[in-house]
Amino acid sequence: MSTVSSSQHNNGHHHAHHFESAEAEYHASKFGTWTFLVTEILMFGGLFVGYILYHERYPQMFHAGSTFLDWRLGALNTVVLLFSSLTMALSIYYAQMNDKRKVLINLYITLACGFVFMIVKAFEYTSKFSHGLFPGKYFNPHEPHAIQLHQQFPDLAQYFSFYFTMTGLHGSHVLVGMGLIGWLIYRAHKGEFHSGYYTPVECVGLFWHLVDLIWIYLFPLLYLVG
Amino acid sequence: MASGGKHIIPFNVYIKVLLALLALTVVTVLVAQVHFGAFNTVIAMLIASIKAGLVLAIFMHLKYDDKLYVVWFGSAVFFLVVLWLFCWTDFYTRVFQGPIL
Repeated sequence: MSTVSSSQHNNGHHHAHHFESAEAEYHASKFGTWTFLVTEILMFGGLFVGYILYHERYPQMFHAGSTFLDWRLGALNTVVLLFSSLTMALSIYYAQMNDKRKVLINLYITLACGFVFMIVKAFEYTSKFSHGLFPGKYFNPHEPHAIQLHQQFPDLAQYFSFYFTMTGLHGSHVLVGMGLIGWLIYRAHKGEFHSGYYTPVECVGLFWHLVDLIWIYLFPLLYLVG
Repeated sequence: MASGGKHIIPFNVYIKVLLALLALTVVTVLVAQVHFGAFNTVIAMLIASIKAGLVLAIFMHLKYDDKLYVVWFGSAVFFLVVLWLFCWTDFYTRVFQGPIL
């Protein structure tokens, strides 16, 4: 039944010859994407486990480190990413509705949110760098508050190693996601997505939501709990 | 269509989920101002997990997908817990020999 119904709506898209049906192709793509997400969780997971254990061991040092972060910027980026997750989900919704114009509008908003997120991140990074707050051995604070805390906590650099590694890896995922959304926009302009075929929108969407999911944990861990 | 996994979630549900996520973000920020000691981390992680659950169930369609996807993603969470457990037992059963662990 499903083969018939999907081939009816399949104007333009022909599934690859090694798949039995468009339905099978859709599920294989989606399952592959979820498998990739599983590996992503385990990659970020290593960092999270490290962060949680060291945070438990040196709570005062982590708290001192978190005083250099502005939670308002973190909260702003949280709102931006949550909103972009909605527009990403809506672009799939409108593809299911065969509304090409609204698919494009939502994809453009999602891309714009990615830009806003990275711009805020750039401001945060430059303000850290200007105070000499670099990760690892490059840590060289030259601002009174930072120098004082560094004397109190000689291994303060570790907080920033975690901060830059976790947000850096996350930020690079946002950049990759933005590139993928750009590719979706290009294909959506050509009218390739409709209720019978929107697999790429769905799979990029899953990736984008995962990036949001990781930020949901990063924001309280780095900015609030500290 | 249940077998096809192409269930269409109503527009209103998406909006409600976003509002819930924003409300929970406000709660996260507010709760962090109160001092519960070590429980602050636990509470923050609990709220984050509720938010993550909403994103997974609705935005990522897990609620309406084949249960296979839930199991598959759950396996990642399971092995993450295993990783944490082994690291944790190592961390807290070491013989203290110096200032750096």
